[in-house]
Amino acid sequence: MVYEETFEDGAGLEDLVEVQFTLNGRKRKVSVEPRELLATVLRDRLGMTGTHIGCDTTNCGSCTVIQDGQSVKSCTVFAIQADGSDIITVEGIGNVTELHPIQEAFQEKHGLQCGFCTAGMIMQSYWFLKENPDPSESEIRWGISGNICRCTGYQNIVDAVRLAADKMKTKGGS
Amino acid sequence: MYSANFKYYSPRTVAEAVKLLQEHGEEARILAGGMSLIPMMKMRLVSVNHLIDIGKIDSMKGMAENGSDIVIGGATTHHAIETSPLIQKEVPLMSEVASWIGDPQVRNKGTIGGSLIHADPSGDWGACIIALKGKIMVSNGEKERAIDSDDFFVDMYETSIKAGEILTRVSVPAKSGKGHGFSYMNMERKAGDFATVGVATQLELDDKGNCSSAGIGLTAVGRTPMRASEAEEFLLGKKVGIDGINEAAKLAVKSTDPTDDPLRGSAEFKKAMCEVYTRRSLRTAFERAGGAI
Repeated sequence: MVYEETFEDGAGLEDLVEVQFTLNGRKRKVSVEPRELLATVLRDRLGMTGTHIGCDTTNCGSCTVIQDGQSVKSCTVFAIQADGSDIITVEGIGNVTELHPIQEAFQEKHGLQCGFCTAGMIMQSYWFLKENPDPSESEIRWGISGNICRCTGYQNIVDAVRLAADKMKTKGGS
Repeated sequence: MYSANFKYYSPRTVAEAVKLLQEHGEEARILAGGMSLIPMMKMRLVSVNHLIDIGKIDSMKGMAENGSDIVIGGATTHHAIETSPLIQKEVPLMSEVASWIGDPQVRNKGTIGGSLIHADPSGDWGACIIALKGKIMVSNGEKERAIDSDDFFVDMYETSIKAGEILTRVSVPAKSGKGHGFSYMNMERKAGDFATVGVATQLELDDKGNCSSAGIGLTAVGRTPMRASEAEEFLLGKKVGIDGINEAAKLAVKSTDPTDDPLRGSAEFKKAMCEVYTRRSLRTAFERAGGAI
């Protein structure tokens, strides 16, 4: 998916640079302007709209993805910084027929209301449970403190992360 | 939300980065973790024509022992510092400070060098480096010079680094083990917020239980991170104890010069909280040093 657009200060297609990274296990190559954000490149240029942009100001965590093993807010990373990186988005951890244990847990515990923050919550949990596979409730709350649910449905989200930890302990899971 | 466009560079060595910086002068900015710079660029508070990303300079990342000092690369992330066994063992204050910065994703990306050079008075590292009496190393590509933590911060968002220099490393004396105590206390309105007040404390008690070294750095109570000098001097050579801690906390407020903040409280409130948090921070450090209240 390529769109042609000229931004207000006249930067046009001649300024494109090539960025390559591994996205959910597939090598991808995309031409971007240096100022394009990882979040917008994933969504608008690569069609991976699972990653949401909520606040666009590093506060809400909806755009959380995994870059080289670390969770990052992709609205605050230029796509060009991700050149050579390994990126995982919510599309990369499970699918409709085979959900990731974290996704199962969010479903079972109803860890969402409107669902907007969910992809970010899941990706942050994905990173956090690798760091801390057996967290207490307060550790979970600290671990997802960079993600905001504006429905304020935190109770079920925290329960879901705890259930996911149990599921991943018994099932394994990556 | 997009920043204005810019040319992007990804040097692999400090020398290359410095060369680019010197070539492009004031039109260039160094990008480390980008947790402050990218939002500022997106909100068009800064304009950058040449963006020099030091994220791929491996020699600027990581932590190592250097004699009795611990040296931390400028592009080392807060999370790497927070979870480093070396830091937890040798300078546990740094690990504690790192855990208070931003939120987990910000700590995964943001760097100590970027935070220090940004010189936001509510940034957490300044108080920590001041409490530890550390040094900030900067390089102009030819030679590296050390800036004392007391001389580094000049004003809000302003440091004593010169044009054409980049912050390469941070060096702090190892402070841990018997007789050492530390604490970082940070008052924030909500998780991940900038500090309303922060207090970094490092204490050392000798065999008789007297304070042989004290470092107190303050966050968000003035135009720069600052040292609570009077409080430090007061504690030196004393038995400390609860009365000493209370007195030192009062003296710490004397070093501050906060302004009214529409979000995080009036100057008066900040002073009051500075006393409370200095008291708590000193008490924790004192107890961790083996002092009995």
